[in-house]
Amino acid sequence: MSKILIRGARILGGEPQDVLIDGETVAEVGTGIEAPEGATVVEAAGQVLLPGLVDLHTHLREPGREDSETVLTGTRAAAAGGFTAVHAMANTFPVADTAGVVEQVWRLGKESGYCDVQPVGAVTVGLEGKKLAELGAMHDSAAGVKVFSDDGKCVDDAVIMRRALEYVKAFDGVVAQHAQEPRLTEGAQMNEGIVSAELGLGGWPAVAEESIIARDVLLAAHVGSRVHICHLSTAGSVEIVRWAKSKGWNVTAEVTPHHLLLTDELVRSYNPVYKVNPPLRTEADVMALREALADGTIDCVATDHAPHPHEDKDCEWAAAAMGMVGLETALSVVQQTMVDTGLIDWAGVADRMSFRPAAIGRLEGHGRPVSAGEPANLTLVDPAYRGAVDPAGFASRSRNTPYEGRELPGRVTHTFLRGRATVVDGKLA
Amino acid sequence: MKRHLISAADLTRDDAVLILDTAEEMARVADRPIKKLPTLRGRTVVNLFFEDSTRTRISFEAAAKRLSADVINFSAKGSSVSKGESLKDTALTLEAMGADAVVIRHGASGAPYRLATSGWIDGAVVNAGDGTHEHPTQALLDAFTMRRRLVGADAGLGRDLEGRRITIVGDILHSRVARSNVHLLTTLGAHVTLVAPPTLVPVGVEQWPCDVSYSLDDVLAKSDAVMMLRVQRERMNAAYFPTEREYSRRYGLDGQRMAKMPEHAIVMHPGPMVRGMEITAEVADSDRCTVVEQVANGVSIRMAVLYLLLGGSDTALSAPARPEGSARPESPARTEATARTEETK
Repeated sequence: MSKILIRGARILGGEPQDVLIDGETVAEVGTGIEAPEGATVVEAAGQVLLPGLVDLHTHLREPGREDSETVLTGTRAAAAGGFTAVHAMANTFPVADTAGVVEQVWRLGKESGYCDVQPVGAVTVGLEGKKLAELGAMHDSAAGVKVFSDDGKCVDDAVIMRRALEYVKAFDGVVAQHAQEPRLTEGAQMNEGIVSAELGLGGWPAVAEESIIARDVLLAAHVGSRVHICHLSTAGSVEIVRWAKSKGWNVTAEVTPHHLLLTDELVRSYNPVYKVNPPLRTEADVMALREALADGTIDCVATDHAPHPHEDKDCEWAAAAMGMVGLETALSVVQQTMVDTGLIDWAGVADRMSFRPAAIGRLEGHGRPVSAGEPANLTLVDPAYRGAVDPAGFASRSRNTPYEGRELPGRVTHTFLRGRATVVDGKLA
Repeated sequence: MKRHLISAADLTRDDAVLILDTAEEMARVADRPIKKLPTLRGRTVVNLFFEDSTRTRISFEAAAKRLSADVINFSAKGSSVSKGESLKDTALTLEAMGADAVVIRHGASGAPYRLATSGWIDGAVVNAGDGTHEHPTQALLDAFTMRRRLVGADAGLGRDLEGRRITIVGDILHSRVARSNVHLLTTLGAHVTLVAPPTLVPVGVEQWPCDVSYSLDDVLAKSDAVMMLRVQRERMNAAYFPTEREYSRRYGLDGQRMAKMPEHAIVMHPGPMVRGMEITAEVADSDRCTVVEQVANGVSIRMAVLYLLLGGSDTALSAPARPEGSARPESPARTEATARTEETK
């Protein structure tokens, strides 16, 4: 196997060091490491070396909506964004609610070679919230599913949610809840508040998210299971999760990059590129989410990468699909909102975008420290880079980014998946 | 004047007064035996209606025709739209046919804004009601009606509604008429009070430049105009209010309540009315009720809007009186003689 010497990189933002990769593992970390004969040398002065990023929340769309993304294009986008593992959400066609479908997605991930794909299994058959899917069979399959979610839909029936939380304890699974009370969000188009009142768009009230989170942390505590809250978006949700954690309950939560940066003021353009679920909230929510991610109340950043074909966004607001692509801009948005603001350092980024999501997903071989003997899943980022986002350059099949033309800091220059470079000098290998 | 009319919030006080003054001139045309001006001859106005609204559509149609424009009515029902055509493709089709103005009624809030800002068409876009967002020409005709009744047709020229107290009653949450009126009436110096059960007032209303009351009886005596909005019966099923009768008792306008209003105060309604629900027949048929006037005024306002949006550009070349280098269209008053000649040939 080949050897790669990364020279002078700031590991987790620390002092410059050299890292020698031998085959699939990190062989040595130190200063003044000599390049072995035949080794590829990556000059990384000024760059930050992170453990490969892990996304708990990615929509790869395959099977069923290959017009918006495939496992191959989605994992290429992931690699370009510095990810070495993604969790593929279950809302495909057919739904990933059987061992057969999760194994198919898992196998497609293996074949892609750009990024590990860990399928997420549906909690209920067809995401319908009525009947538990065969959670055990999905766990026992080759895909080894540990995270279960009806994402896109909320498991709103309290009894089904309770049973799911209890059932997955048998194999240390976790239920990732898309917290959205369905009756409170009928016809919802955007955050309910000052802007929705003016624009005349159906409101998605914060309480529809918060009430479900409150119920589910209580349920998780009651049955002694663990629950993960997807894409937390409101200041109130932060308060509930903070309270649940203070009780010692096994609750984890994620926030998306877009909820750390964008607000519902953008909806005034009626441009559906800003249409997403949960919706963009207010400035106060954004600030609360940043603070919660910094203090650890929110465990991790997850992209909720949601590709959609152009025609589903090139229309009137109400007719448009919800969702944004995010894999290729996530690290830059986190740098801008969390690192450049001084809220967390690069070690914090490694924690929130690699260590913790891997731990929540019980993912082996990812989210490991950068040290000798560990799998060489690594991401090298140039934090000094500044550039405008150009969707034409995306590896994703879809272009529905809210950041087009926006200047964001930082750029992934190299990504290594088990010692193999998937991105070299900012380009897919 | 802007290139499009999407939201009443986009209008300055002077824009709004110009439209109202122009509408007064247009109204005089309606009093003549031949109700037609040649101003928009050769221009094409498309009425693009994705929602059924015969009243608004024929009002725009009458307005465009009185200005001698060619009118194309495009109704989404039974058209390519019902076969799944997107708003974009419909817009591109109209553009290819050379629409100078598109009057759009759409069920989705923001659809006219998208049409005007997405580069799909070059023509002027007039919002004829979008979802629960806005209906600016309705607000303009309401303001026009108020100015005529409360200030005077001639006395009102050049003036706004400074100090007038306007009460809007009903389903504010789902009302595009209320949103446009709050913006426009406030711009014109009036003081607006919204009255509705709390379920039918949007969260976020506290930022609007108006007052909100849950009691109709409390505000009637302090109102120069009371505008009743239609309340759809289906709202009852979504628990916005318990029963039709209860709504009617608390928020309906009947003769007794009307008697509490100042003598000069008027009752307005954008139509269609649901008699017995938000308004009794006694009130609807009284002299104080301006419903029919509002319909007539609607044509004048829409003439003024189309004239101001379209009259100023290149085809106004047919108007020789237009001063060199001026963007202002020829005054409709000056075209009267021409109009008569045209029509009596």
